[in-house]
Amino acid sequence: MNWKHLLKSIFIEPLILISRDRAGLIGFIILLSILLMSFIGPYFIKLDTIVKLDQIYQFPSRAHILGTDNQGRDIFSQIVNGGKDVIVVAFLAGLISTLIAVSLGALSAYAGGFTDTVIMFITEIILTIPQFPLLAVLSAFIRLTNPTMLALIIGFLGWPALARAIRAQVLSIRERDYIEAARVLDLGRWHIIFSEILPNMLSYIVISLIMAMTGAVYSQVGLIILGLVPFYGHNWGLMIQLAWTRGAIFYKGSIFYILSPIIAIALFQWSAVTFTRSLEGIFNPRLRIGE
Amino acid sequence: MIRVKRLFSNYIFTRIVRAILTIFIVATLTFFIVRLMPGNPVEIYIGQLISQYGMSFQDAKNQAAALFSINLDAPLYEQYLYYMRNLLRGDFGMSFLSQGTPVSTMITAYLPWTIFSVGISILISFSLGIILGMIAAYRRGGLFDHIISTIAAILSAIPNYLIGILLLIIIGVQLGLIPVSAMRGTVSPGVTPGFNLEFIKDIFSHALLPILTYVVSTVGGWTLSMKSSTLNTLGEDYVTVAKARGLSEMRITFSYVGRNALLPLFTSLTMQMGFLMGGSALIESIFVYKGIGWALGASIAQRDYPVMQAVFLIITIAVIVANFIADLFYSKLDPRIKVGGE
Repeated sequence: MNWKHLLKSIFIEPLILISRDRAGLIGFIILLSILLMSFIGPYFIKLDTIVKLDQIYQFPSRAHILGTDNQGRDIFSQIVNGGKDVIVVAFLAGLISTLIAVSLGALSAYAGGFTDTVIMFITEIILTIPQFPLLAVLSAFIRLTNPTMLALIIGFLGWPALARAIRAQVLSIRERDYIEAARVLDLGRWHIIFSEILPNMLSYIVISLIMAMTGAVYSQVGLIILGLVPFYGHNWGLMIQLAWTRGAIFYKGSIFYILSPIIAIALFQWSAVTFTRSLEGIFNPRLRIGE
Repeated sequence: MIRVKRLFSNYIFTRIVRAILTIFIVATLTFFIVRLMPGNPVEIYIGQLISQYGMSFQDAKNQAAALFSINLDAPLYEQYLYYMRNLLRGDFGMSFLSQGTPVSTMITAYLPWTIFSVGISILISFSLGIILGMIAAYRRGGLFDHIISTIAAILSAIPNYLIGILLLIIIGVQLGLIPVSAMRGTVSPGVTPGFNLEFIKDIFSHALLPILTYVVSTVGGWTLSMKSSTLNTLGEDYVTVAKARGLSEMRITFSYVGRNALLPLFTSLTMQMGFLMGGSALIESIFVYKGIGWALGASIAQRDYPVMQAVFLIITIAVIVANFIADLFYSKLDPRIKVGGE
């Protein structure tokens, strides 16, 4: 299989299929727009940090597409510049969760027996501990002074549900003929897991990664809103937290200020979920009737 | 030997063992987080007492020991055993900030409100979701299905605390339909608790926004799951057979399709409970609804470690107990589980 063929089967064909699913297509376009806006947008639209007391809480106009905030700063520039951190942390955390989940889930299913029992027992226990309170408590001990630290903690706690799902997938794949063949050839456990089983569930892993990202956005923004993440900078979560703690949300005219970051996060979450649902339907046609 | 083996393959028994083991592990974990982490609260507190009140190290240490109800001079394993023994007695030590208040008193004051609001929300959301999901499945492809499924997909994707803030802004601030600040707390001052209409009306008006938030944010998920579950069940052979036998539509819908479509949802129910109890830290903080979640947020913000530690433990235990009850319920509904096997 050359790389052109791979590119075609991984990117182009799913895109053609997705274009036939309306919700999936809308989700994909919105997701892509948010990514473009957050990563390329900041080069064109600089964050407005100048306090202009005569322009407080302006309604949307030609000069300020989304109006201005409680200090007269342009809200649109804050939205454009506020996505990058949230998405990067979510991506890192999702990546860590997915890596742990894939390794443990695949090992558990493939090894079976005692290893399986132990890994699944640990998974079940971590799964039972409510994740958000644990994160919140940990944030009191570990100073979350930079985004990487935040991503690490969220990532290290977010794998159990995924690991269970991956295990179920591997269980179904390991009975197939080509795995049997690899086993007869004595190719070794890790070779079979990483070269034979995992590539055949790549689509599933990508879907898991996006789902893990939406989970990480939930925890991350939640921690920021509770004021438990002291790192400075600028992001959508911080916008909501500032509006909330400074009482702006109780002022009628602040509607665009508070609504903008909420809608940005909600759109990101919704488009990611819709896009992955549609991907699931494409990669696993059996699921199409159901979820 | 056979009897022992049978005991271990007994569904309820393994669930009890797992629940107790999980509680034990979490309790151990909390102990070591508080005692061993760099910059742990005991050390910080001792440092504070010395620097702020000019106490001697020994006095500060004694006060810290009393507060956390641990003996700091004893070896670690003894401290651990002491801590576990106190936990079994329900002794969580004293609060940092409200000095002289045992943490256990605070927990009994906060916990019921969270169980009340989360419990009612799950009941409403679950029932509403299965009704909407079944209707959508029966009318799949129709206008109702499209509208319901789209709204459900949107609602289930938005983080619940954002839905909470949205409800607060739209209903409370923009439309001014309800007095948001008067609805803070769990019960109005002057209302006597008891089984009377005034009290019941009051607690529901205080819990209205949290309940609304939980319901709005979870009903979409239930609707979608129930829809897909019903669609799967409708394709089963026994439904076709039931139709062929000429059973009434009502009977097929409720006894054949409904009952079997519900089963897979019960496993999500346990996950949902954990998620809502955990998320209550955010929802209750937004509405200043003084339940256990609010207490967690407040104690973390004020670094009230004994309260924080106990509240976290209690939330986890509540989730484990709720999961256990749901498991028992599930095994009653689906007799296949009890026999064993995956």
